Amino acid sequence: MKISLVEYDAGNLPSVERALARQGVETERAATPDSIAAARALILPGVGHFGQLMRTLGSRGLFGPIRQAIGGGVPLLGICLGLQALFASSAEAPEDRGLGVLPGAVSALPVTAKLPHMGWNQLRQVRPSVLLEGIPTNAYFYFAHSYAARDAGASAIALCEHGVPFVAALEHQNLFAVQFHPEKSGDAGARVLANFVARAGADNRV
Amino acid sequence: MTLARRIIPCLDTDGERVVKGVQFFNLRDAGDPAALAARYNREGADELVVLDIAASRDHRPTFLETIRRVAAELAIPLTAGGGVGDVDEGRAILRSGADKLTVNTAALRRPELITDLAGEFGSQAVVLAIDAKRVGERCEAYVRGGRESSGRDAVDWAIEGTQRGAGEILLTSMDRDGTRSGFDLCLTATIAGRVTVPLIASGGADGPSDFLEVFEKGHADAALAASIFHDSVQGLRELKCFLHSQGVAVRLSG
Repeated sequence: MKISLVEYDAGNLPSVERALARQGVETERAATPDSIAAARALILPGVGHFGQLMRTLGSRGLFGPIRQAIGGGVPLLGICLGLQALFASSAEAPEDRGLGVLPGAVSALPVTAKLPHMGWNQLRQVRPSVLLEGIPTNAYFYFAHSYAARDAGASAIALCEHGVPFVAALEHQNLFAVQFHPEKSGDAGARVLANFVARAGADNRV
Repeated sequence: MTLARRIIPCLDTDGERVVKGVQFFNLRDAGDPAALAARYNREGADELVVLDIAASRDHRPTFLETIRRVAAELAIPLTAGGGVGDVDEGRAILRSGADKLTVNTAALRRPELITDLAGEFGSQAVVLAIDAKRVGERCEAYVRGGRESSGRDAVDWAIEGTQRGAGEILLTSMDRDGTRSGFDLCLTATIAGRVTVPLIASGGADGPSDFLEVFEKGHADAALAASIFHDSVQGLRELKCFLHSQGVAVRLSG
């Protein structure tokens, strides 16, 4: 099954493609409303600014189709800014609306810690999950961000901490998201991507 | 849960091949960048830096191809730079597969460049590289691959650069570079204590105890070295096991 990567000039899209190609997973880029509507599994990569991302999705007509895909049960994995975009809003760009498929707002990490939160950190898994299945509890993942979701309710599957605890990974039905970069997180990251692909494949067989 | 201290091998290239000098000069060939990148990725490097130290405009396409070849080998972050003078050149580097870019000379000449790059790509993608050399009582930031002083105090420049949006500092001690006499702990600690972004210390690494010291006494978030890794004088795994045994948080598994 092909995984569609939402294309909107995200810097990490080629890295995600390479990481999936290494596992023999076929990908295609989805840059139009039609290609998103036709996708059977989506990855929303993300690096950069929340406002810029939301405005780009809006101007290219992708905002609605992504929401509809999620609503229609298409498995979606948000990465980094792609996780933040799922929320209603972000302190990084209060005037811009997020996809809003998860309630609440993304907030700034506290300035008491060195920012950006950049480097390899560990997770605290809070419940069994699809994404983190088979991941050792002491595994490290690569983070590079200054904003984070502090709360995702029952959707949170793992927390991390940098000054304050924040949501490192979440899943809710067909919605999956990680604040770290699995495509840059060595073997542990590769396993997270593989877990998503396996689940997306299973969903599409039913 | 602690942010791990990072160990970062650095590939200084002439655009195409890895080269190594002492205190920035007397360059010799040290191998193929993609082959070294694959090895470091496998051996547990936390990140990789690839620099074009010649940074001549003529062979920029060659360097971009080198970035592509290196990025293809990595499942870890890649930082690339050397001669980045404007936003378009920065974009070319990121599009070639780097996650972050370094700026140095052009930013000292036109500090707004940092603001422009951070605005376009985000602070997390902009690393301010500072080549510092002792001049009397202070350290000055050097430009053009260590050929001339900018006249700027390195500590002041680090502070200004981060205020302008750099998300990380790559601090190289020119006095220590290639000498294997240990990191400049004093300079590293001074800058680490004055900026609010992560700091990568570079220049002078010889053995495991140097890395331990630069983390404990220099308060560096990451440490970078080149020749000791290229020449297999120091194994990455052995280094990280040593740091772990000394109580430093490091990423041990792949």
